[in-house]
Amino acid sequence: MTPLTAYLLVAALLFAIGLAGALTRRNAILVLIGIELMLNSANLNLIAFWRYGPHPEALTGMMFAIFSIAVAAAEAAVGLGLVIHIHRHAHTTDLDKMNRMKG
Amino acid sequence: MSFAFYLVAGLTLAGGLAAVLLKNTVHCALALTVAFAGLALLFLQLDAQFAGFAQILVYIGAVAILIVFAILLTKGSETPKDGVFSRSWLAGLAVAAAVFAILGWAVLQSAHVLPHEMAVPQVTVLQIGNALMGRYVLPLEIVALLLTAATIGAVIVAMHEKEGRK
Amino acid sequence: MQGDLLALRNLFADAPVPPQPWMVQRLWLIPALPMVASGIISLLKQPRRRLAAGLAIGSLTFSLLLSLFALGNMLDELDAFLGFQHTFHVSFSDPVPREVVNFTWIQVGTANVDLGWVLDPLSAVMLVMVSFVGLLIFIYSIGYMEHDENFTRFFCFMSLFAGAMLGVVIANSVLLLFMCWELVGLTSYLLIGYWYRKPAAAAAAKKAFLTTRVGDVLFLLGMVWLFSQSGTLLFYNHGAGSIEPAALAGLLSQHAALGLTAAGAIGLLIFAGAAGKSGQFPLHVWLPDAMEGPTPVSALIHAATMVAAGVYLIARVYPLMAAGALMQPGALTGGTTTALTVVTWVGAFTAVFAALIAVAQNDIKRILAYSTVSQLGYMMAGLGMGGVAVGMFHLITHAFFKALLFLGAGSVIHGCHDEQDIRRLGGLRADMPLTFVTYAIGMLALCGFPLVFSGFWSKDGILDAALHWNVAKAPFYMLLFGALLTAFYMTRQVGYVFFGYWRGGKPARESPAVMTAPLAILAFFAMALGLIGTPAWPWFRGFLEGRTVGFDLNGFKEPDLAALMGASALVVFLGLGLGAWLYGGNAPKPEEPDVLERATPTVWGWLRDRLYVDEIYGATVIAFYAWWARVADWLDRRLWGGVVAGVGWAFGLWARLNRLLDIYWVDGGFDKGCEELAAAGGLLARVQNGRVQTYLRILALAVVVLALMLIWSSRS
Repeated sequence: MTPLTAYLLVAALLFAIGLAGALTRRNAILVLIGIELMLNSANLNLIAFWRYGPHPEALTGMMFAIFSIAVAAAEAAVGLGLVIHIHRHAHTTDLDKMNRMKG
Repeated sequence: MSFAFYLVAGLTLAGGLAAVLLKNTVHCALALTVAFAGLALLFLQLDAQFAGFAQILVYIGAVAILIVFAILLTKGSETPKDGVFSRSWLAGLAVAAAVFAILGWAVLQSAHVLPHEMAVPQVTVLQIGNALMGRYVLPLEIVALLLTAATIGAVIVAMHEKEGRK
Repeated sequence: MQGDLLALRNLFADAPVPPQPWMVQRLWLIPALPMVASGIISLLKQPRRRLAAGLAIGSLTFSLLLSLFALGNMLDELDAFLGFQHTFHVSFSDPVPREVVNFTWIQVGTANVDLGWVLDPLSAVMLVMVSFVGLLIFIYSIGYMEHDENFTRFFCFMSLFAGAMLGVVIANSVLLLFMCWELVGLTSYLLIGYWYRKPAAAAAAKKAFLTTRVGDVLFLLGMVWLFSQSGTLLFYNHGAGSIEPAALAGLLSQHAALGLTAAGAIGLLIFAGAAGKSGQFPLHVWLPDAMEGPTPVSALIHAATMVAAGVYLIARVYPLMAAGALMQPGALTGGTTTALTVVTWVGAFTAVFAALIAVAQNDIKRILAYSTVSQLGYMMAGLGMGGVAVGMFHLITHAFFKALLFLGAGSVIHGCHDEQDIRRLGGLRADMPLTFVTYAIGMLALCGFPLVFSGFWSKDGILDAALHWNVAKAPFYMLLFGALLTAFYMTRQVGYVFFGYWRGGKPARESPAVMTAPLAILAFFAMALGLIGTPAWPWFRGFLEGRTVGFDLNGFKEPDLAALMGASALVVFLGLGLGAWLYGGNAPKPEEPDVLERATPTVWGWLRDRLYVDEIYGATVIAFYAWWARVADWLDRRLWGGVVAGVGWAFGLWARLNRLLDIYWVDGGFDKGCEELAAAGGLLARVQNGRVQTYLRILALAVVVLALMLIWSSRS
């Protein structure tokens, strides 16, 4: 397999791991951890395609990845702030118990 | 593929697995940090030095710390009574497996059309700076706004409410 | 058949029709004026008595003047005197001057419904008689009905009757005749039942209507048959009418049941209608009961005019009745046909039958009623044996003296405070002299007192025809016997009422002039009319037959005439003498039985009870109807009522079934459906369990599905 394919597979696997974590863990923060993993795998994808794609001198892939990092950071900040806020009210971060949107 | 690649990839994946499987939340956060480090190394292997160092700076240096802080602030270090996995964890696992199947299949199917060995790109920070200020100035400014909003938002959301507004 | 008629009509159509005289075109005014007056009176309020009477009398006066003018048109001598050109249309086969005005009312397919009127000598004399006698009776009624509160209604109905009767007289179309005929019957009903609050009057009116109806149904049948055979409703239509020679030839060639020709059968059917209206046996039962109406009604309708309508009808369709007999062209003397034979026998029988019953009656009007029935029998017999002129002459004279007698009786009733039983009257010769004199004149005219009175000449005409009838001699003897009876019972009546002593309560008084003046006028005519029918100067007969006759004393020299006149005079004197002997002196007290009653109580009882005809009807026809009504009632209640109840029960069952269906099936189904929906909703709502991870899983699954779709679509 080509190096690109290997990287892509790693990224896919990492994405799946992150998704599994986000969908199965109880703790809200672990969901966010899973989301971070997913974003990172996407970044890996981008960089891999940049390196092995046409016109790497256009820096498109790298720029995209850098902006993605920035956005992910912002999103992590807001998300964790929300988790903290919810914890203050519900006194728990257990997602199974948070069903007030039910019905 | 070189041995270094397999090592670093394995490290990253192990870190990721640990991050989602460990019981103690703090351990998960630390495993995540390992995963981030592995990814940074992968970036370096891909000759994206700036991205790799940016990864280390931002993710490991800020996001991971932030996650640890959040865990500590929400008493995440306590092990919950009912277990760490949700009641219907199998459904989630199945969905994730399905997603991986699709992605993997798509990658493998298109392997023959994907480009492979190319020349090593020579990227200098100057080029990156020029690109940021030239071609990508608009996304830069938007991201700046976004970061500002996110900062303010996070502060407001996480702030203690004033007394009397219960 | 129709084609022949049309050919004949076209043949005559080519002949130039002279322009119609002014009067003929306006002949319709004669019946129309009283009818219009009746309509106006019906809108008036009861207190407007003078206006009502004025309208009725005024319209009838106009009709009388027009009728006199029409009669004058028919008189050659008058036209010559006045210098008019006589333009009456006279056909080659029929010398009687006759003018018709016909028009089509409705067209139904190829058939025409025609109406029209005719002016010929027959209708002219009848018009004058009806309007003149009617006018006198109207004037009389002002006095007689003065104390009645429904004065206006009386004149409304009387006026309507007058118009309808005049319509019957001038009708040239069978349909118009029938319409006016029915209208006459209707007004008779209304006037008999005038005092409708009295049960006897209401019952009498109903009886009159129903009995004449029996005759009318047969009359209608005959009419329809005539129409279908001859193709036209008109009697006279310049050769194409239904009783003109062409149509009659066709009718004679057709054969109906019982060996009759169509002409004979139709004639008998029409006679049935005439028998009903004119009270021939067995349809006479309504006439005596009709005396429940006010006396002017009895005088006008049931003496002079309506009952004469039947006789007039036979005279009008005489060509049909006499079709097939040997006739001279233009002569209205008959040979004999089956129809005329039946008419004669029925008439003769009725004459004797009614006269017998009249002998034993005690109500002043009822005696006169049976007398009318008897005289109508005479008229029918006269028509049957002697022809139109003989029957019509007696009709005209009878109208005058019978009206006179009825009005006189009314005067008696009015003056004796509504007492009608002759056993409680008496001695009125002194108290009511005018009434007595006029009544006596009428009575003598009815009896046929020789020479001076018109009744003698008219009755002798009938007897003469009976004597020369070549079928049988029995009618002659029956009619002679009837004359004897007539004289007898009239003398009895006059003896009871005007002679002897007063047996009543309060003393009697003479009637006012408005009532006695018409009596006087009628009395004059009761005597004077005889002049136009004597054998020396048979003007009436000649007029009806379209000949001019001169005064010729040699007419008296006919072979059997002297013997006949002697015989009839003898019979009259015999009757008068018998009556005077039995009743002239002291009439018995009211509680005592009559002289004859003491002599032959059983026979007297039969006669007094009207020979049980009403009882026979009651036992047969009416009993049958009562039984049938009971059967129908039972059927209705049990059978149809059962059906209705059954249907109702079935519907109730169905309704209950529907209710059950509704509760369990419809509602249940609906409710179940709603429950299922709610359950399904509940089930679906579980998706929204409020947990974020669930939503995320679904999201991821959706992405997978979408990806699959994309791949699959790009591959295929």
